[in-house]
Amino acid sequence: MSKARTRVLGWGALALLVGALAIVAAGCGGSSKKSSGSEGSGSGLPTSIGKGEGALNLIEWPGYAQASWRKPFEQQTGCKIHLKDAGSSNQMVALMRTGGGGGGGQYDMVSASGDATLRLIYGGDVRPVNVNLIPGWKDFIQELKSPAHNTVKGVHYGVSLQWGPNTLLYNTQKVKPAPTSWASLYDPANKGKITVPGNPIQIADAALFLSKERPNLGIKDPYELTKQQFDAVVALLKEQKPLVKTYWGFASDEITAFKNGDVTMGAAWPYQTLTLQADKVPVKEIIPKEGATGWADTWMIAKKAKHPNCAYLWMKWVSTPKVQAQQALGFGETPANTKACPFMDKIQAGSCAKYHANAPEAYFKSIKFWKTPVADCGNGKKDCIDYGQWQSAWTQITG
Amino acid sequence: MAELAEAGLPLRRARLRLSTLFWRRPWLKALALLALPLAGFVIVYVGALVALFVSAFWQINDFTAKVEHVWTLDNFSTLIHDSVYRRIALRTIGLGAAVTLTDALLAFPLAYFMARLAGGKTRAFLFVLVLMPLWSSYLVRIYAWRTILAHDGALNWSLNKIGLPDIGLLYTNWGMWIVFSYVWLPFMILPVYAALERIPDNYLEASADLGGRGWRTLRSVILPLALPGLVAGSIFTFSLTLGDFITPLLVGGSSSSFIGNVVEEQVGQPNVPFAAAFATVPVVVMGFYLLIARRLGAFEAL
Repeated sequence: MSKARTRVLGWGALALLVGALAIVAAGCGGSSKKSSGSEGSGSGLPTSIGKGEGALNLIEWPGYAQASWRKPFEQQTGCKIHLKDAGSSNQMVALMRTGGGGGGGQYDMVSASGDATLRLIYGGDVRPVNVNLIPGWKDFIQELKSPAHNTVKGVHYGVSLQWGPNTLLYNTQKVKPAPTSWASLYDPANKGKITVPGNPIQIADAALFLSKERPNLGIKDPYELTKQQFDAVVALLKEQKPLVKTYWGFASDEITAFKNGDVTMGAAWPYQTLTLQADKVPVKEIIPKEGATGWADTWMIAKKAKHPNCAYLWMKWVSTPKVQAQQALGFGETPANTKACPFMDKIQAGSCAKYHANAPEAYFKSIKFWKTPVADCGNGKKDCIDYGQWQSAWTQITG
Repeated sequence: MAELAEAGLPLRRARLRLSTLFWRRPWLKALALLALPLAGFVIVYVGALVALFVSAFWQINDFTAKVEHVWTLDNFSTLIHDSVYRRIALRTIGLGAAVTLTDALLAFPLAYFMARLAGGKTRAFLFVLVLMPLWSSYLVRIYAWRTILAHDGALNWSLNKIGLPDIGLLYTNWGMWIVFSYVWLPFMILPVYAALERIPDNYLEASADLGGRGWRTLRSVILPLALPGLVAGSIFTFSLTLGDFITPLLVGGSSSSFIGNVVEEQVGQPNVPFAAAFATVPVVVMGFYLLIARRLGAFEAL
């Protein structure tokens, strides 16, 4: 091929590329108007649960639809369940945003935790639900009936499921004396032995610690922080960074780190504690004296869900006391349904008290549940730090 | 019979005209053959990349977290002014360079042995050894190294047995360097092998005739001829390390974030425009690297 010919082809290819760019930009520019318009359109809430569609696609935390309660559901309702396991809240949000958002027609439901729910609600990816169709809802703990993380302006965007605290996990043989405070995770004496979640919501844990350690900062809600409070918390986390061996991304990573002896203490969920103890690793978890943050999961229905009736049937099923007890003990969390206690004790004696399923209001109120931080502080001011800035700050801390 | 022949004439004439056209202008023949796969490539692959990089100039609405098609350079200005992104980018590029150098040093002796010294059966056996890890999942190999490098892992166990103290390699950048070098090594060995194999024997004999001993021949004859292979292999190791995020997640410590990790976090947030902006950094770096590689002759073999 002559040099001239090559040049012509080269320019031709470049023209093709620019053409592609122009087409795509124009196409994307056109579709933006469509997507912003669809947010407002909402059909009314269903007044009854219709016939099951025969299938149900769930995005779940691993273990949220175990065979012992999934199979009876499939038999009774004919809704065949397909599971998509997600290891983190970020992953759940990303999955729900595929295919143009709203689950993309691919996913019907997501078991979102409090740090993801508001992102999904404000992003228009989930639809309102009628909680009156879920009989179990009436027996839920008062605080989980319409919590701030799944109920906005009185509209429910899902049904609470289970909850659990973020605990301090430590190796009983290597950490002596036993820790009593979150201060252990910020103590330079424990350098290189600590692991904490690699999740921006971890800022709230530091804020909770500082709310008791430095009361003059005036932190009341660890998710509603003014700039001055936020900067103090970020400074603390930057001091903590050299002490951290690794930021765990998935629960299984933390379990491996404890098992291999790389870390001896860290922030964890009861799930990790139970799994490690089942593997005969000498660990124990506590809720330190400053209290703890917690997560509460909600089953939400995708805006573009193709099987909404099966979705309602599933929410109804997992809200019943027996299934709540099964899931609580199967995963290591606490049920939202107050009537689940006797069922828990039947499966495992004393488990109801161990998981605080019958705990008094005071215990529940001491847990600061995850919610997505927004700029609106709820006290008339709008200068609180929002989640986007939490994410940027977290990258600054861990980068 | 003649009528049938007459009836078929227009079609035959058209076919003849077409084939003459293609014979006179060969580039048209190439275009016709490539049109369909090229269209697929441009529309699906390039189009998707272009859509992503165009979004780097947009922003997300803070409240609804939806992408707003407002043209702005804010994302790039954050990248330039915030030192943490520079730190992360330099860490990624630095480790990519380190892994490339390590793999080049490790691959060259093995490739030389396989290409020039090994007999047929030994060479085949070595090929199998080099390629077999690629048959297992990438994650499996990372988890294998985790068990080796862990605090109570195989490496420390062996060191303790011979009386040496523990090394804490897991959850450090050193650990990541080891894992990356291992995982990408086959991609370096193969191009270097191909380059070394093509060196004619009489070149080495000529060098010896001219008085060159072992090291001189290596420096002046073998290395320049193997350079294209080394550069081709380095493209693999460098670009694969630049884009990785799983190894930092599983093997990295508290200061091990890569460009890919930030992109993954931002997409989940979901700040796709900022993720796209940060993702242009490895593209630009690789662009420069490929230009240098072309200068060094890596693509001449093509």
